[in-house]
Amino acid sequence: MGGPILDIRGLEKTYKGGTKALAGVDLAINKGEIFALLGPNGAGKTTLIGAVCGLVNPTAGTIHAFGQNTAKSWREARRKIGLVPQELSFDMFDKVIRQVRYSRGMFGCPPNEARIEEVLRSLSLWDKRDAAIRELSGGMKRRVMIAKALAHDPELLFLDEPTAGVDVELRRDMWRQIDALREAGVTIILTTHYIEEAEEMADRVGVINKGRILLVDEKDAIMARLGRTEAHFILAQPLAEIPSAFAHYPLSLEDDGMRLIYRGGDGTGKGKREVAELAQTLAGAGIGYTGLETRESTLEDIFVDLVEQEQAA
Amino acid sequence: MNWRGAIAILKNELARFFRTAFGSILSPVLTTSLYIVVFGAAIGGQMDTSQFGGASYGAFIVPGLIMLTLLSESTSNASFGIYMPKFTGAIYELLSAPVGVAETIFGFVGAAALKSLIISGIILVTARIFVDYEIAHPVLAVGYVVMVASAFALFGFIIGLWATGFEKLQIIPMLILMPLTFLGGTFYSVQMLAEPWRTVAQFNPIFYLINGLRWTFTGSADVPIGVAFGFTLAFLVLCVGVITWIFRTGWRLRE
Repeated sequence: MGGPILDIRGLEKTYKGGTKALAGVDLAINKGEIFALLGPNGAGKTTLIGAVCGLVNPTAGTIHAFGQNTAKSWREARRKIGLVPQELSFDMFDKVIRQVRYSRGMFGCPPNEARIEEVLRSLSLWDKRDAAIRELSGGMKRRVMIAKALAHDPELLFLDEPTAGVDVELRRDMWRQIDALREAGVTIILTTHYIEEAEEMADRVGVINKGRILLVDEKDAIMARLGRTEAHFILAQPLAEIPSAFAHYPLSLEDDGMRLIYRGGDGTGKGKREVAELAQTLAGAGIGYTGLETRESTLEDIFVDLVEQEQAA
Repeated sequence: MNWRGAIAILKNELARFFRTAFGSILSPVLTTSLYIVVFGAAIGGQMDTSQFGGASYGAFIVPGLIMLTLLSESTSNASFGIYMPKFTGAIYELLSAPVGVAETIFGFVGAAALKSLIISGIILVTARIFVDYEIAHPVLAVGYVVMVASAFALFGFIIGLWATGFEKLQIIPMLILMPLTFLGGTFYSVQMLAEPWRTVAQFNPIFYLINGLRWTFTGSADVPIGVAFGFTLAFLVLCVGVITWIFRTGWRLRE
């Protein structure tokens, strides 16, 4: 991975009604990575994308894309940026291939039918190229949006909720498409409500709420730092207290001593190892149990915790 | 200047026009032809031609009807052209593309002006079937209609940006432009009016546009040709200024 392809500093946006959508966002995106921006509704995700892509006039702050200030060198920057917005927005009566050609032309690229065919084939749209967009299914329409955004071969691609409202099969298909784009060297910033999507796709994750970035880190580092393992041992006999031999484990007792609970680990597998050790130690100490429930915390748990802490603050 | 971008917008807008060519072309051609047949050929045959500089009444109203078409088609094509992407949300692509005010004007306004010129050309040819007219200054006539079509396409573009609903899109063309065109001497010479209406008519800007075109057809009009040309040019420059300001500030475009 190279240096930052996108560098956002102190970005603020206050809408006419006084709503502060962005409150001093600093964010650097590395070349070639997939960055997932997570946040609840109204967190400022779409405003942030809009500010970079030219849809929103920022109130303060600077945006540098490919080393150039987008407020000054906007033509050069926009040539290399693609956007797939959340809403399906195009001329529904037009043909698929014509809309993709239109997008390519608008971004200043010379006609290239071979490239248009390649893009359409990669999104399984080639057979539908002469269909009016309104005749397509919702999933196909979303693919047309992606085809339009890819028509000018962007180096930086924004996907705003790319799989919102599509079925599971199509979502997984989209993930494969996004992976193929990463392989081709495209830097991707995606916003999503599906944390699973971020877990599956992203190299780095950012959490935004109330227009402020709460956290930015490598996905694995976040899991290591904030991830937890939870194991519930359902005991055969109640324990009055945790035996001193287990004092070094993060344990607690619940259900009148019938449930021994381990909450620990760091998302790297440490928690699973400790639970396995604990199971052996319990057996060795003659403490029987009739059931064991284990659960790894997900990125979603971490995200929810962060947002709840922010709401409470 | 991103020429490929500008041409892509122009082609896209023209494609939309030709996709609905039947309604887009046939409707204005039929309406205007009916005006020419009813007023020009049927009623006009009974009128005293001395009031129209010796030309037949049919020939007298042709420039006015061409102007009526130019104004309404240029304005509505351009306003609809930019309002639709705003309405559907497809404007995101225009705003995120490397196209500025010059490319946008060339694409949207150029296409709207071209559409209205195509329709006006068809009407002019159709009118020849019913009315025997001459064009005294053909080169100036072409230059003038291109200027008027461009100016009113720019005006329509501003309306399309300003409009926040389909109703607003229709207000200015239907409630202001249409009445002013009818009252601006499309069907009569201002000399036929009694005072104070003759003086009042001269406060109608469309009166100068119609007379400008009429001069290129007949060589005579109710106003000096320089005034008509100057007025159209000033209106065109004003509209370009307003659109440039809109793009700089993002008014009704960017949040």
